Amino acid sequence: MIGVYHYMTVAAILFAMGTYGVLTRRNAIVIFMCVELMLNSVNLTFISLSRHLQSMDGQIFVFFVMSVAAAEAAVGLALMITFFRNRETIDVDQINMLKL
Amino acid sequence: MTDHLLSMMTFLPLVGMLIVLFLPREADRLIKSVTLIVTLLVFLISLPLAFSNAFLNSSAMHFTEFAEWISVGKYFKMNYHVGVDGISLWLVMLTTFIMPITVLSTWHAVEKNTKGFMALLLLLQTGMLGAFISLDLFLFYIFWELMLIPMYFLIGIWGGKNRIYAAVKFFIYTAVGSLLMLVAIIYVYYHALQSGMPFESGFGIAHFYQMDIPVQAQMWLFAAFAFSFAIKVPMFPVHTWLPDAHTEAPTAGSVILAAILLKMGTYGYVRFAIPLFPVATMKFTPLLATLAVIGIIYGALVAMVQDDVKKLVAYSSVSHLGFVMLGIFAMNLQGMAGGMLQMINHGISTGALFLIVGFIYERRHTRLIADFGGLSKVMPVFATIFLIVTFSSIGLPGTNGFVGEFLVLIGAFESGLRWYTVFATTGVILAAVYMLWMFQRVMMGKVTNPANENLKDLSAREVVVMLPLLVFIFWIGFYPNVLFDKMNPSLENLIEQVKGKQQIALMAEQQADAVTLLTVNE
Amino acid sequence: MYDKLWLIPLFPLIGSIINGLLGKRFIRNEKVIGAIGTGAVFLSFLVSCKYFFQLLGDPVKTHQNVIASWMSVGKLQVDWGFLLDPLSALMIMVVCGVGSLIHLYSIGYMHGEEGFYRYFSYLNLFVFAMLMLVLGNNALVMFIGWEGVGLCSYLLIGYYFEKKSAGDAAKKAFIVNRVGDFGFLLGLFTIFWALGSNGVWTLNFVEIAENGHLLGFGGAVVTTATLCFFLGATGKSAQIPLYTWLPDAMEGPTPVSALIHAATMVTAGVYMIGRMNVLFAMSPVTMGVVALIGAFTAIFAASIGFAQNDIKRVLAYSTVSQLGYMFMAMGVGAFTAGIFHLMTHAFFKACLFLGSGSVIHAMHHAMHHAHLDDDPQDMRNMGGLRKRMPVTWATFGISCLAIAGIPGLAGFFSKDEILWWTFGSSHGSIFVWVIGAIAAGMTAFYMFRCLFMTFHGEQRTHVKAKDHVHESPWVITLPLVVLAFLAVVGGYVGVPAVLGGSNHIHHFLEPVFGHAQEVYRIGIKEALEHNHAIEYGLMAVSIAIALIGIGLATMLYLKRPELPALFTRRFARLHRAVFNKWYIDELYDAMFVNTIKQFSLLCWRFFDVKIVDGIVNGTGKVVSAISAGLRHTQTGLFQNYALAMVFGTVVIVAIFIFN
Repeated sequence: MIGVYHYMTVAAILFAMGTYGVLTRRNAIVIFMCVELMLNSVNLTFISLSRHLQSMDGQIFVFFVMSVAAAEAAVGLALMITFFRNRETIDVDQINMLKL
Repeated sequence: MTDHLLSMMTFLPLVGMLIVLFLPREADRLIKSVTLIVTLLVFLISLPLAFSNAFLNSSAMHFTEFAEWISVGKYFKMNYHVGVDGISLWLVMLTTFIMPITVLSTWHAVEKNTKGFMALLLLLQTGMLGAFISLDLFLFYIFWELMLIPMYFLIGIWGGKNRIYAAVKFFIYTAVGSLLMLVAIIYVYYHALQSGMPFESGFGIAHFYQMDIPVQAQMWLFAAFAFSFAIKVPMFPVHTWLPDAHTEAPTAGSVILAAILLKMGTYGYVRFAIPLFPVATMKFTPLLATLAVIGIIYGALVAMVQDDVKKLVAYSSVSHLGFVMLGIFAMNLQGMAGGMLQMINHGISTGALFLIVGFIYERRHTRLIADFGGLSKVMPVFATIFLIVTFSSIGLPGTNGFVGEFLVLIGAFESGLRWYTVFATTGVILAAVYMLWMFQRVMMGKVTNPANENLKDLSAREVVVMLPLLVFIFWIGFYPNVLFDKMNPSLENLIEQVKGKQQIALMAEQQADAVTLLTVNE
Repeated sequence: MYDKLWLIPLFPLIGSIINGLLGKRFIRNEKVIGAIGTGAVFLSFLVSCKYFFQLLGDPVKTHQNVIASWMSVGKLQVDWGFLLDPLSALMIMVVCGVGSLIHLYSIGYMHGEEGFYRYFSYLNLFVFAMLMLVLGNNALVMFIGWEGVGLCSYLLIGYYFEKKSAGDAAKKAFIVNRVGDFGFLLGLFTIFWALGSNGVWTLNFVEIAENGHLLGFGGAVVTTATLCFFLGATGKSAQIPLYTWLPDAMEGPTPVSALIHAATMVTAGVYMIGRMNVLFAMSPVTMGVVALIGAFTAIFAASIGFAQNDIKRVLAYSTVSQLGYMFMAMGVGAFTAGIFHLMTHAFFKACLFLGSGSVIHAMHHAMHHAHLDDDPQDMRNMGGLRKRMPVTWATFGISCLAIAGIPGLAGFFSKDEILWWTFGSSHGSIFVWVIGAIAAGMTAFYMFRCLFMTFHGEQRTHVKAKDHVHESPWVITLPLVVLAFLAVVGGYVGVPAVLGGSNHIHHFLEPVFGHAQEVYRIGIKEALEHNHAIEYGLMAVSIAIALIGIGLATMLYLKRPELPALFTRRFARLHRAVFNKWYIDELYDAMFVNTIKQFSLLCWRFFDVKIVDGIVNGTGKVVSAISAGLRHTQTGLFQNYALAMVFGTVVIVAIFIFN
């Protein structure tokens, strides 16, 4: 029987993979995809717990997260394109303008 | 219509700012005209205040408006509560009166980004008016901070050579003070809630006035408020931001800074620090009166040796504001009324002086006294106006300066501050020394510097800018009762309240002393 | 009846405004400007005459005319009010009378000046302020005039503002006067507070006079207040220690010196003491101080007058000395005599100044004509002008006789009454009398020295200019003649009883001074009151002293002109000290001016810049230093930040789990 713990485990693994990707990859697009992975792992947790607790709250949050993620992806990609136009790279190591 | 007079007056500049922001950057003249029209409109809207008879016999707030604004659960509530009484009336009028003059005076003075400059001026006006009319302490705080930002940019962007330093100094000095005040405000609020103030009244000062705060707490709270206001006044020894800010600020900035922003500090004492903490006021009076007197003499002495006209005027502000503080802490009607009037006077006279410095700066791009000399010969109209303003600043009887100074001094003398007054009166001599010496070096003598030989006399626009100020210099000098009649009821009420509480505290102290004596004896 | 008093100061004010605003652009014509200026003062003179004669025939001698409230702040109620009593009536006559003559004179004297309109505007404004001063019914309206005349004095001394010395002198005059005003203000505060604590909150002169007794005879409060007022008087009336501005004030045009620095403004201090005579009478200490300061000033200034070569400076020191005389009179309780001398002095000193102006005017033209650079005011360039300027000479001579105290002329009566009171008054003493008498002799000496050096002997003017010295036009000589006439007859209003006169002025001023003199027992000692022998004796002594002074002057400057030079060489150091005014200016500079300047620089450069700003900037620097260290942790790479976040989260979760 596949229970809530299994789902949670999968979500935790997905989250760890996403985090690892965000921290180590250099290509901004890939980092974005990893962020999406993290978000989806959270979604998975929400849904499974929602099912487990017999409450719809979690599922409502998932819709929020999905729409935010979509918006974020749009904005993020736009930023990347603009940045690529200016710098001809989307390597995050090169994006250190915060440091003066 | 009159129901929302104050709000219209306060927020019209904000609307004006939005309009200015949507105008094209290159439309210089249009932007200036819009700003001028907006400020003139504000002045017109505020006129019913000055002509209202409501202030004649009543110390209450008039033209009040109330609306709930922000409330957070059961922890925090503030309201949009504004109103005007005899204390704030003339300061509001001064603000609406000075602004069009300031805008007109900078017609050609701003060389870059007029749009931003004018927008900031308008934002500043909203902040200043809001601060004067707020009856909710938190609302006051919001407006108080709102003034800071435009002024910071006005100095920092359009200022002189050393503008960044001056702007940052101005900002940090003021911010340090306001943060202390914020802490005190929050303390007062929760203390009021605990002592049974209805939650709905928010930060309403009317309720705060009724509170009895323990003396020990009053001392700390008063210190926090007083420090914040003292920086704004500015009192000795936290005055050093003023010369820098004045010197570096563009003419309009200096005028507004001198004419209105400094009054925020003294107004803060009268409206908040003193009535909220009457007992602490009593204990702090010797200290503050001493600082005021030191300010009077110190400001005058340092003004005397300045080689930059603007700096000289800035230091003279320190001296003049010392008179205001002395009058306020005299705690009687003469002193208070004198102090209030001196605020208006300083706004007019020093504002005019900064305009004058601006005129010659525009022509010569220098403010050093040594670069001038003999200007009376080349600029006779300017010389006449400068002379009148100089003597108004010196406090010659018949001009506004005298009435204020005289009342302050006579009020302080008949209160307990007799010796303070004796020293403060030497300021009368010193004022003549530094002003006349400056006047002589700038205006008299032969024209030695060839650059001064062909200076143009004042243009019609510049004369128009100065004329209203001159009118008020003489009007207040000869017939100040117009102002006093509307100011006195509120001041009388304030003094009565504060003195009453001080009396009770004194009696309680004496009783406590007596009890201790008894127990010791037993 | 007396409700149009405000007209008196109004005319000159209007004149001043018209000439000031329109003179340059619209009127332009010198004659019109002069006519407006002179006419305004003359109108005031006519109104003054009306009220003066109305008052003469009126049994009630004190009239107030309140126009409006000026300041109304709780207990402090100040009105725009005027007060007409014998004292102020006399003063407005002098001010407007002498004033209109001097205005007339100015039309001629200032002819062709660039700032003609400006000059008349200021001069009218001055008359306005002076009239406010004497007519004000409370101390604050008086103070308007008090500072107003100071302002006009500033403007008129600095009239030739392109000359640095004129600017300096103007500034000095105003600032020194302000030192006096400091005293005046403190006195005013003290009186207001002290009377207030007795339940009378007032600044009104009539009420002060009525309630003065509440302060208690000889009390510390009244002494302090009157001493403060007297400090004010020393500033305005150029007494020790604040006299230094008056000689410098001669930088202004000569008619100004005549009007402001001889006839009217400088007498304001004397008038003020007269106005507050009740308070002064209540403090014997102050009276003593006033008398002594007056006496010392009289003799001190006279001594400086010995060695000056500038004709106006001689007259300036003479004025200081004569003012000292008036204060001496006030101090010994001879209020009437003081005011009497004020009046006669206004006549003969105005005449002397205008005469000197006439001479300077002529000299200036002559020098100008001959393209010479000599100083037209230096008496060493004059001499023998008697023939060239007969009217000026005659009037100047008459005034010299009057000031020297020769019987029959105005100065004799007033001066003699003062001396009699210094000797015989209950507040007087022989010491003061001796000083007064010596000062009288010195006055006679240096005035005749001046007369002889200017008008007699050889003409020492440069050959080229010599023949260009002419008598002045009628606008200049007419006022001289009128004033000389007054200098002769002006004294006959105060012929003492002992000489068979009825001393009109004494009776006229009785309502003002009589009360205080009676209540506080100020008067001629009973033992002397009817002792005519002593009175005659003193009179003879003072005449003799005056004659000795004149004789010496004749001897030294007319008969044996080589002698003074000999003295100068013989007593070189003394002469240098006297010539340099006993180095008082230098002393003040060193003691006050420079000390304060140094101290101010210290305040600014050290306290403001080093200490306060040091702390402020220091705080900033500490913060930046800390930030500079922390900055290195900010790599700008967001993955580093994210790693830190993850690490932080892990730590927090771990704490939660294992706690």
